[in-house]
Amino acid sequence: MNSWIAFWNILKKDIRNYYLKPPNISWGIIFPLSWTLMQLIGTPQAGLDSIRGLLPGLMGMSILFGTTSMLAVTITFERRGRSFERLLIAPISMTTMVLAKISGAIIFGVSIAFSPLLFAAFLTELSGINWGVAIISILLMAVTSTLLGFAIAVSSKEVFEAQTYSNFFRFPMLFLSGLFLPIEKLPVFLRPVSYCLPLTYGVDMLNGAIMHTGYMNVWLSLTVLIGFGVLLFYFCQWNIKRKWIL
Amino acid sequence: MGIVSVRNLKKEYGDFTAVDGISFDIEQGEIFGFLGPNGAGKTTTINMLIGLCRPTAGTIFIDGIDSIKDIKKAQSIMGVVADESNLYDEMDGYDNLCFCASLYGMRKAEREKRAKELLEWFGLKNAGRRPFRAYSKGMRRKLTIAAGIIHKPKILFLDEPTTGIDVESARQIRSLILDLKRQGTTVFLTTHYIEDAQRICDRIAFIVNGKIVKSGTVEELMENAEKEHIIKLTLNDNANGIKAELQRHFPTIRIEAEEGNTCFISSPERIALSPLLQYLDKKGISVFEAKEMRPTLEDVFVKVTGIEVNKLHKEKEGGKK
Repeated sequence: MNSWIAFWNILKKDIRNYYLKPPNISWGIIFPLSWTLMQLIGTPQAGLDSIRGLLPGLMGMSILFGTTSMLAVTITFERRGRSFERLLIAPISMTTMVLAKISGAIIFGVSIAFSPLLFAAFLTELSGINWGVAIISILLMAVTSTLLGFAIAVSSKEVFEAQTYSNFFRFPMLFLSGLFLPIEKLPVFLRPVSYCLPLTYGVDMLNGAIMHTGYMNVWLSLTVLIGFGVLLFYFCQWNIKRKWIL
Repeated sequence: MGIVSVRNLKKEYGDFTAVDGISFDIEQGEIFGFLGPNGAGKTTTINMLIGLCRPTAGTIFIDGIDSIKDIKKAQSIMGVVADESNLYDEMDGYDNLCFCASLYGMRKAEREKRAKELLEWFGLKNAGRRPFRAYSKGMRRKLTIAAGIIHKPKILFLDEPTTGIDVESARQIRSLILDLKRQGTTVFLTTHYIEDAQRICDRIAFIVNGKIVKSGTVEELMENAEKEHIIKLTLNDNANGIKAELQRHFPTIRIEAEEGNTCFISSPERIALSPLLQYLDKKGISVFEAKEMRPTLEDVFVKVTGIEVNKLHKEKEGGKK
């Protein structure tokens, strides 16, 4: 059987059905966009150049909220209506199914990540960005955040529940992952927590690509992000089998 | 070995045994009915067969495939219709069918052709472009069944296909199930509508408390019941008042009184009515009507399971709300 047919059609369905669902619009689009605009509009008093410094954090935050919101919608809506069972009883592997379900959210998260860049392009100079590293870090942040959202959504019954659980992780991550506050400025006892969060490594890579001020070695961050991705991917599959195939 | 062969299938949730070592075979092309009250283990059994639940013990072979070891291979030849119409509200009927076909690897032209074919067959052609959420309950059920057979499965699992829908839609669905059988599809059907099962099933199994308590063809299940003679009497007085006295006087027959003026008398032998009528007449009780009752599968079900059919229906309808 051609798994690609199933993969492509699940992805297409998710994009068509869920991108514009209200919970996704509010948490996945409006929240990151308004935060971005608030930061960008408020910053010129500190000089236009400082806008560039805000970009890694704003992009990381947009990815985090975009991907986790999308996953909360695609999983919980289908679970509530029991249409998710259709995917579980279809002759497609769990790997294909999980890949298909996360792809819609990854594409969404990556697209939302470029909105701060787009706004910033009107306000400041964006030359000298290492686009290769920037795109890889955006992609890996989207993958790990999506899988984190997946793990949360699998454990939730309703969309609001998934969004609430997600917020327990998302808001602390805003402050602990170096999005807006450098990790070295965090209290010492909190720093180990920061290094357990995949977003920390992604944002550091983005800082390196945009501001040339990366704190960690880019290869180390890349390896850690891939490691987080693989680990979360298998955890999600295990969690589905455990929770939904009783 | 049939197309479905189940041996000593068991499912435990902690201390609770939902399915307790059941075994059965389903032959190619037959409609096999699985009847039982809420919590009897019907859905757990169906979930184990389709791969939504892991058995604690036992074996399941579907068309020769060990489905516990290779569920994905077994799933490619089975169609599943859940007890809820679980298609996508956001999509229209046609897109829903095409999407379900894609899950089985069907190519675009093939799935579009099949979707149109099924919409026509199920009488939903004019509703094909309407969103699923705008469908009536009966239409939703029909489209869900269509989605279950889009890939022409060898075996179809139907969980409560006619629950909660109007009489006409239920009749159409029964007719569709019989059409599927004529086309060679094997059907595993769970229902609490015993008359539905009696009308369309080749064989039936009654499940209670996780165990199959009786199984066979409708004729086999009815065999013993039909040996019993039952007469319904409508009296001019409360039947309960005279029941004990009647039973004492006629010990060879069994007397059951219902609320009101009705009582049932039953016996394995033919019942001579005149002594009974004379006795009642002497007691000043008139018999307005005496009617011979043919036993139904419902009577067999009640006798075997000890569960009142009305209670079964109420439980199910309540569960659907």
